[in-house]
Amino acid sequence: MVEMVSRPYERAFEKHALANPDVLCLSADLTSSCEIDKFRDNHPDQFLSLGMAEQNMMSFAGGLGLAGFRPFIHTFGVFLYRRPYDQLMASVAYPRRKVRLMGFLPGITTPGGMTHQAIEDISVMRSIPNMTVLETGDATEVESICEAADSIDGPVYCRVLRGSVPRLFDTPIEVGKMRELALGEDVLIVTSGITTEEALRARAALEGAGVSVRHLHLNTIKPFDAAAMLDHIASVRHGVVTLENHVTEGGIGSLLAEIMADHGVGKRLVRLGLKDTYAHGGSRSYLMKHYGLDATALVAGVERLMGADFGIAEADLTATRIEAVHSTVKAEGL
Amino acid sequence: MPEALRRNDKSTEEVALGIRRRVFEHAMRNNGGYLSQACSAAEQLAWLYNEELTLGAPTLPMIPKPFGGVPSADNPDYHTGAGYNGPAAPEFDRLFIAPAHYALVAYATLIEVGRMAPEGLEMFNKDGSSVEMIGAEHSPGMEVHNGTLGIGFSTAAGLAWGRKRRGEPGRTWVYMSDGEVQEGQTWEAIAAAAHHRIDNLYAIMDVNRQQCDGAMGSVMEVGDIGAKIEQFGGVAVWVDGHNLDQMREAVKTPHRGKPLIILANSSPFRGMPTLQLRFPRLHYVRFKSEHERAQMNRDIAKSLGVPQVDYGQTEGK
Ligand SMILES: Cc1ncc(C[n+]2csc(CCOP(=O)(O)OP(=O)(O)O)c2C)c(N)n1
Repeated sequence: MVEMVSRPYERAFEKHALANPDVLCLSADLTSSCEIDKFRDNHPDQFLSLGMAEQNMMSFAGGLGLAGFRPFIHTFGVFLYRRPYDQLMASVAYPRRKVRLMGFLPGITTPGGMTHQAIEDISVMRSIPNMTVLETGDATEVESICEAADSIDGPVYCRVLRGSVPRLFDTPIEVGKMRELALGEDVLIVTSGITTEEALRARAALEGAGVSVRHLHLNTIKPFDAAAMLDHIASVRHGVVTLENHVTEGGIGSLLAEIMADHGVGKRLVRLGLKDTYAHGGSRSYLMKHYGLDATALVAGVERLMGADFGIAEADLTATRIEAVHSTVKAEGL
Repeated sequence: MPEALRRNDKSTEEVALGIRRRVFEHAMRNNGGYLSQACSAAEQLAWLYNEELTLGAPTLPMIPKPFGGVPSADNPDYHTGAGYNGPAAPEFDRLFIAPAHYALVAYATLIEVGRMAPEGLEMFNKDGSSVEMIGAEHSPGMEVHNGTLGIGFSTAAGLAWGRKRRGEPGRTWVYMSDGEVQEGQTWEAIAAAAHHRIDNLYAIMDVNRQQCDGAMGSVMEVGDIGAKIEQFGGVAVWVDGHNLDQMREAVKTPHRGKPLIILANSSPFRGMPTLQLRFPRLHYVRFKSEHERAQMNRDIAKSLGVPQVDYGQTEGK
């Protein structure tokens, strides 16, 4: 059984902020949804409530950066770039302010539908000059995200998991270093965020069917050092499958495509994720299935890559965790 | 003229009570819900749907269809949920629910005024359903996506301008929340509407002084909303958000060349005083224990004068 950790961000942020007096906690009326309500109550001097006004908050954070502070902005991922994109560019990214953008409920992890689902955030953030992009995939990564983000000399966008989060790893994020989870020789599976857990579910079944899987987990999406990835691609016979909680354009699938094309790697790439579509509201497990972001979709992707049919059934995949939309560890509402 | 609108047999007071009752029952069965919004908004939405809006008969099935996909070139049958408000004919009014998290309350209203079957509420937030928790544009009664707050009034202003240009007599209405005034876009929209003399544009704002984090004054003070609206070129009228006569009067306020915004002072506990125990965290009320749930069941049923909800309580509790 995988260990489930309750609200890892809450403790991690408090610990980091207390050790770093120049860190400020900014919130846009989603304080408990971003697990910083206790921090607000216990450390009001380090907390700024900026109301539901994300555009102002973004430029305000740029000003705090100019004053030598390192603001951590907390809201849902979507509200960090869709509405305040211009402010993000002019006040934060261009001048390389040390603003830490903590984006909660990445991709389809929210039941809130199109307006709440950050499905193209990585694509947007990757294309912004000066921006660093990190993504958490388990409780240990959430626990180390504040330190990792705050080590960056410039702005950084983080996809943060909240609530009850599985612990998959026992070492903290090392910025720029991917995790090598399996070193097989048939296919390379590259995942990040919540899709890593899906790949772990699929791996045993794939290996049972005789597929030798190489599996990499990315927590640093930008900057990205291609050299190590090229070695991994060279080590597999058939090619690469990416699975992401994001549209297949501009995210890690595209990242792999760029690396492979840039270096003339003549292997196939199957990119799995949201296929040029918006999602709608629903539970995470339903959405992952409906939009092909789960272990089953990954198995089908590997089959497509290898031109094989392994006859793997749903039941052969390691059991999935079912989460209630409103479990008690979740913040109120969304 | 399209099929004449069917007035409800119920009084507006009965509709308001029905809205609170349905949201209460839903919240009990699902261990939580947007209860405080039902308290503050019930009379306002009841008044709009039961009296003020001129709407045609619904064009979509009483029992909502499942989610039918998002807009795309490959989805030619895509449609919004606006059909629950009737056809978009020139003489009819249009309504946007700008704070899309009020969807539960809006769905309850549709049921109370006979525009959706009660089964619709049972589909709320169920996987594969169109009756979404955060009202999507394909959800019953919705025509545009408003889950990102502060965009509703702008869209309505554009629609109203367009309808005026085309000589359509129908009005465009927006149901707004006070949290939206923290977003700069709301003020840009009012200025634009005033500048372009868009007076077929109406809003009623639920001024319950609450937002996600708690009381608005503790999150970010917004000052005198009415005076600010007037300064930006709109006409603002304050009413008691639970007093139907005041709303009936307010809408008659002259507003030539300007949008009319009715500011409905409301209480997030109205009809359910026991919710005060949850202050200041009222945005989404999830019961913290079986004890609290049972107590809320007793107290709210009593204050609304309706039966307690059988939500499958464990024996003896
Ligand atoms: C642009 C944007 N920022 C943040 C949110 C998250 N959010 C949902 S409702 C809400 C505020 C709620 O206040 P109000 O609109 O007054 O509604 P009430 O508390 O009365 O239900 C927030 C911040 C959002 N939906 N859109």
